[in-house]
Amino acid sequence: MSKASYIRRYWQLYALLSLPIMYFLIFRYGPMYGVQIAFKDFNLFQGINGSEWIGFDAFREVFGMKEFYSSLRNTFMLNFLDLIVSFPAPIILAIMLYEVKSVWFKKISQTLLYIPHFISWVIIGGIVYQLFGNQSGMVNGVLESMGLNPIPFLTEKNPWLITYLFTGVWQSAGWGTILYLAALTGVNRELFEAAEVDGATRMKKIFYITLPSIKPTIITLLILNLGKMVSIGFDRPYIIGNTAVREYSDVLSTFVYRIGLESGQYTLATVVGLFQAVVGLVFILGSNYISKKVTGDGIL
Amino acid sequence: MSERTSNRIFDIVNVTFIALFVLFCLAPFIHVIAVSLSSTRAITSGEVTIFPIELNWKAYVQVFTDNAMIRSLIFTIILTVATTVLCMLFTVAAAYPLTKSKLKGRTMFMYLIIITMFFSGGIIPEYLLIRDLHMIDSVWSLILPGLVSPFNLIILISFFRSIPPSLEESAEIDGSSHIRTLLKIVLPLSMPVMATLALFYAVGRWNGFQDSLMYINNPDLYPLQLKLFQMVQNNMITELTNLEGAARTKLPPESLKAATVVFATVPILVVYPWLQKYFVSGVMLGAVKG
Repeated sequence: MSKASYIRRYWQLYALLSLPIMYFLIFRYGPMYGVQIAFKDFNLFQGINGSEWIGFDAFREVFGMKEFYSSLRNTFMLNFLDLIVSFPAPIILAIMLYEVKSVWFKKISQTLLYIPHFISWVIIGGIVYQLFGNQSGMVNGVLESMGLNPIPFLTEKNPWLITYLFTGVWQSAGWGTILYLAALTGVNRELFEAAEVDGATRMKKIFYITLPSIKPTIITLLILNLGKMVSIGFDRPYIIGNTAVREYSDVLSTFVYRIGLESGQYTLATVVGLFQAVVGLVFILGSNYISKKVTGDGIL
Repeated sequence: MSERTSNRIFDIVNVTFIALFVLFCLAPFIHVIAVSLSSTRAITSGEVTIFPIELNWKAYVQVFTDNAMIRSLIFTIILTVATTVLCMLFTVAAAYPLTKSKLKGRTMFMYLIIITMFFSGGIIPEYLLIRDLHMIDSVWSLILPGLVSPFNLIILISFFRSIPPSLEESAEIDGSSHIRTLLKIVLPLSMPVMATLALFYAVGRWNGFQDSLMYINNPDLYPLQLKLFQMVQNNMITELTNLEGAARTKLPPESLKAATVVFATVPILVVYPWLQKYFVSGVMLGAVKG
């Protein structure tokens, strides 16, 4: 095809593509240009280009901060505990839903189970205070009426941890079943019939047919979740957390926000962000590599 | 025990457990609705669990007559609709050309996009960019940075690829331009996935909070989530300070807070069931690797 006819044929596609590409260059790659302030003594008046280079000085300062290590530890801790608590729930739930014979019951429960996924952390935060507050929370009200002591679910670190993990299960368990149920639609029903002929019980069928058929999905998701250990959302720890439990609730994302946008230490905050991005990338690539080795399937 | 009865017991236990879990997901909402409809006296004495006590609508009357709240609601609705429309336009504009394997530079563009899924500048450089573009306290700071989600884009590309190419080819032979083919053939066949992505974008914008916390200082431009957050934060302060007596009565009553939570949740619950049948298939498409 000649150049002129190629352009005549494809110019519309390039025209379509031009706006999104500009978006990616400005809003996704633009911040990457700004990452250089991690190596500069940045101040707002001199801007990114005007600020002086300081090499790795800011990195040294960050690696000497006690709070940096505690936020890093908390990021790993909250992600790891979340994985232990929230990972099995959708698997169990999906297997149970798969066993349900009544179509309408299955459909209605699925619809209702997905709802928490669509609720924002701000709203969840509001609900959490209504339920678990010391003074007006319902749970403590019930405990008190039973003659028990109230539990400081929000203001003491260990009870807070339970509240944090609980909100995670509540929000993600239902939605998490989708992928497992999708994997289960591919299971050959004849396997179950054959097992029935051989006199297998329901539990045996679950352990020898259902569970093995979602095993690859479980392993892939587990590895991918391990790859996301350093990345943590901002909303959940920031909203559910508070100054009384900061020892546990301060994670990398909230730490960056606090030192960067609340205290104006842009360079230090950018260093922490860059550290998180680089380590996060290593984790993701590593987990993807492992996932490909183990299951022959990755995300990349 | 015969096989039939054991089967029957299994089904009953199974269904009961699922029902309990559904209840676990819904109970917090039910409690909040009950609180929003109860009297202050009943709430502070801890009587309200899942049924409203001393039923009244006062909290809702107060929410709906609060001008700032209504303005924030209207602003958030307009913002969400505008963001969703723009996001969809940009995502479709990016996805369709990238399905054409003969397009020169396609691989490069794909890399350009995929790289952003795994590496980003971080929130401080993002903040500085928005500041340099003079978008602080502008609605654009809430719309433009998230215009195309690479994840959603890949879902759409893989869906477009699943459309038989013969359909498009025959249109092209008839002299249809690419944009015409996209509008007349490809998009009408893609409505389920389009609905899914629109839902994802809309929910993301409706629930989005961090960007408004970072970029918006003008109370007239507060999205609903930011207003709600301030309320949650007030709750926190009361938790930590143990206000007594007069200082405590000045706080908004619990029923008002609950009504506000209900108020911000209902729009999602209204839209969601209509789109549910679409997004399940959309999510599965996303699970198939891009």
